[in-house]
Amino acid sequence: MKPVLKVVDLEVSYYTDAGRAKALDRVNLELNAGEKIGLVGESGSGKSTMALAMMRMIKPPGRIEHGQVIVDGNDLTSLSDEQMLKARLSQIAYIPQGAMNSLNPVTRIGAQMIDAIKAHSPNMPKDKMRARSLKALESVELKPEVFRMYAHELSGGMKQRVCIAIGILLEPKVIIADEPTSALDVVTQRQVMETINKVQAEIGAAVILIGHDMGLMAQSMDKVAVMYAGRLVEVSTVKEMFTAPKHPYSQALIRSLPKLDVRGVFQGIPGLAPSLLRLPSGCAFHPRCQEAMDKCKTLRPENQVLASGSRVTCHLYGEGA
Amino acid sequence: MSSVTLSNTAIRQPNKVTLFFRYLRRNPSLTFGLLIMLFLVIFTVHGLLTINTKDAYPLAVRPKMPPSFQYPLGTDFFGRDLYAAMVIGMWQTAVIGVFAGALGTIIGTIFGFISAYFGGFIDAAITSICQILIPIPAFLIQVIIAGSIDKRSVTILTMAWVVLLLAWMGPTLVIRAQVLSMKERQFVSVAKLSGMTSLGIIFKEILPNLLPFIAAAFIAQVFQAVFASFYLAIVGLGPVREPLLGNTIWSAQTQGAFFNGWWWWPIGPAVAMILILGSLALINMGMDEMANPRIRRSE
Amino acid sequence: MNFRLLSKRLLFLLMVVWAASTITFFIPRISPKNPVRERFAELARTGGFSPEDLEVIVADYSQRFGLDKPLLQQYGDYMWGILRFDLGISLNKFPKTVMQLIYESLPWTIGLVFITTILSFILGNWLGALAAWPRSPDWLKNIATSFVLFQGVPPVLLGILLIFFIGFKLKLLPLGGAYSIGTVPDQSIGFFLDVLRHQLLPGIALVLGSVGGWVISMRGMGVTIQGEDYVTFAEHKGLGPRVIFRDYYLRNALLPQITGLALALGNLVTSAIVVEGIFALPGLGTMLNSAIRSNDFSVIYGIVLFITIGIATLMVIVEFLYPLLDPRIRHQ
Repeated sequence: MKPVLKVVDLEVSYYTDAGRAKALDRVNLELNAGEKIGLVGESGSGKSTMALAMMRMIKPPGRIEHGQVIVDGNDLTSLSDEQMLKARLSQIAYIPQGAMNSLNPVTRIGAQMIDAIKAHSPNMPKDKMRARSLKALESVELKPEVFRMYAHELSGGMKQRVCIAIGILLEPKVIIADEPTSALDVVTQRQVMETINKVQAEIGAAVILIGHDMGLMAQSMDKVAVMYAGRLVEVSTVKEMFTAPKHPYSQALIRSLPKLDVRGVFQGIPGLAPSLLRLPSGCAFHPRCQEAMDKCKTLRPENQVLASGSRVTCHLYGEGA
Repeated sequence: MSSVTLSNTAIRQPNKVTLFFRYLRRNPSLTFGLLIMLFLVIFTVHGLLTINTKDAYPLAVRPKMPPSFQYPLGTDFFGRDLYAAMVIGMWQTAVIGVFAGALGTIIGTIFGFISAYFGGFIDAAITSICQILIPIPAFLIQVIIAGSIDKRSVTILTMAWVVLLLAWMGPTLVIRAQVLSMKERQFVSVAKLSGMTSLGIIFKEILPNLLPFIAAAFIAQVFQAVFASFYLAIVGLGPVREPLLGNTIWSAQTQGAFFNGWWWWPIGPAVAMILILGSLALINMGMDEMANPRIRRSE
Repeated sequence: MNFRLLSKRLLFLLMVVWAASTITFFIPRISPKNPVRERFAELARTGGFSPEDLEVIVADYSQRFGLDKPLLQQYGDYMWGILRFDLGISLNKFPKTVMQLIYESLPWTIGLVFITTILSFILGNWLGALAAWPRSPDWLKNIATSFVLFQGVPPVLLGILLIFFIGFKLKLLPLGGAYSIGTVPDQSIGFFLDVLRHQLLPGIALVLGSVGGWVISMRGMGVTIQGEDYVTFAEHKGLGPRVIFRDYYLRNALLPQITGLALALGNLVTSAIVVEGIFALPGLGTMLNSAIRSNDFSVIYGIVLFITIGIATLMVIVEFLYPLLDPRIRHQ
């Protein structure tokens, strides 16, 4: 099966007074149509940067240094700014953490859906745009009245649904949902996740879900990708990740989850996440890694595919191990 | 290749002085304002050391002389050396500005503190007084106050007091808002839990964190005070005998300086005032940019 | 619409008016200076009547103005007068009331303030919005920033510089006055153009002096709005920069500016009054100037009170118009 999304060697830096911070360091990822992947990692590990880079929304002082984002055969990084505007939402859509503030407070929800459609197909008749917007609202289980409402009249969960409805308006190939549930209460979180799953199934898009919540990932994702210090350290199926994580960081992450059967002290991960300004040489995780070897300090590990299908970036695996 | 990616030497943290100058380069308002202010201070201090103070008052020199080598800014209708008058006027402006600005800031800080820290009735009373007074144009009230004082007894200090009477509400509200937000922050709760007294918390925990805001309020107050005293003087409510910059412009205007061709009379003090207020405004803007990083331009 | 808010704001307006009138009433009375005596002592020096006559005149006037009554009664009369728009009688132009004098000069001031405020509000906000907009060309940002330099400068000083360069050196526009000396006011186009020519320099001074403030606040607001999630999401939706600028950025950034307009009114009117004085335009400012010069205290207090009430009223009106623009307030 041909992958619908291919991220190749994507690299993003931020230029600050104190020097250059590598926020994304040669990230590779492949995703098939209809596949759902969860992207996890500590704050500042580069999850959101990755989402923004795929949308080509990195702003100064940040810059995409090199790499490709290929959606359905089109390399987004080679598009003109004008073409990229058209690609957003129609090829690759971004659903923000919308409960707070992602909707314009002074215009009606309907107007904010219609202007999105209009930006991509200016010649579509008004009533068709309206019908499409109402259909999108319906598929996220919102009443048609929402079309004429303002953001402040909606609850947090409803606002999040509106954001999802906007995200699927043009049936994109790839949907990136950036912590869509983090500001919501548990019940609403669950409903929103169900909504995402439902619309994803309807339009058959690939989904990247960014978040911290491993439980949520386990419930509804197919794969989990773990980021550390701007690098993708492991990509495995959910089952593989939760039963036999490969990378020492993933192992630590899984160990740190609370378990029902083993009561006791939570296991944290010793040490602190490194500053992106001065990443450790070699493998960025080596100062915190319990299994670090000499070559981890100097040689940067390559990404490799294991027999189990997991992709991992660690010296413990492969021919050198 | 995948060996060492970033060497440590490439990202050495620069020292503080370098960082400060780098910051000034990104904050041109602050830099420019400080430079003008420095120039004005040097001009005034140098002037005060070299002029004869008497030349700034009537009948000291030959009247109505255009700028020349002897009188670089000319002389006016009443026989004042306008250069001497400008130096004295700038000094007096500085006195009014700093006096009223400092006192207004101190009073405002105290009221703001009391209001925010104790809350309840006191807070309600102070904030509503401020809110009712703020829409009333301060200048107009100052006109009434200044107009009710015997004109002949108005001095530089009375000017400063008049300006001060309506200059404390701004800092009161600013400091109150800051103290309120600080009260919510963790370090105050920690101090409270560790058994610090109210006064201890105010002086050891809150005040140091407020200093940037107090400094910004002070600059804003100096600006307001200079502005207000200038407006009062220019409508003829200044200390009539002093060569305050606004007074000089007012007397030039009443003598029809432009109609009579004595253009140098009002122009000098006008330019001086523009520089004073301009530099204060630039510094103020620069400090705002410093205090509120969201306004910082991303470059 | 919203009755509770409405009555709350009206109450606030009344409080402001009450505070202003109380201040204007008490400050002169706690001052040791007797305005009537001051006024006639000056006349006595120039007009040459004897000190005994002066006492008689002062006593007579004090009675006429009710200054011999108990303070509280005076206060009551004064407040009652304000409620009936009666601000007393001019000391200098005796039979005329302060209100009559204000009505004579008010149209000039309103014309100047209204036009310059609208112009500077539009120009300043437009420039400020563009200055904060990352896609604007650099030359435009530089123009906007150069207006910021005028921000701290009182319009009256710009006025003096304009008189010097344009009126005095280049002789392009008149040095001051409402219309050319020797012309008789009438309804003709010629007279209108003459008045316009005389209003040009003060108008430019006022617009230049207040544009910078709008540029700064709008630029700050603009930067804040650009950081808002809804602007970022609008970009994610693939909207073009024009739509984002107009519907997402400008509309939201302008709202606080309108509140700012209400707050700025006091400064704008103050500046206009002082500028009028410098250009000898026949408005409230020149009237205030001459009242100060001739110790006409009832006119000074009257003008102050009138302007304060006017500004407070305008502020409340702006606040009532605001909900029409902001759906969040409308629905509360």
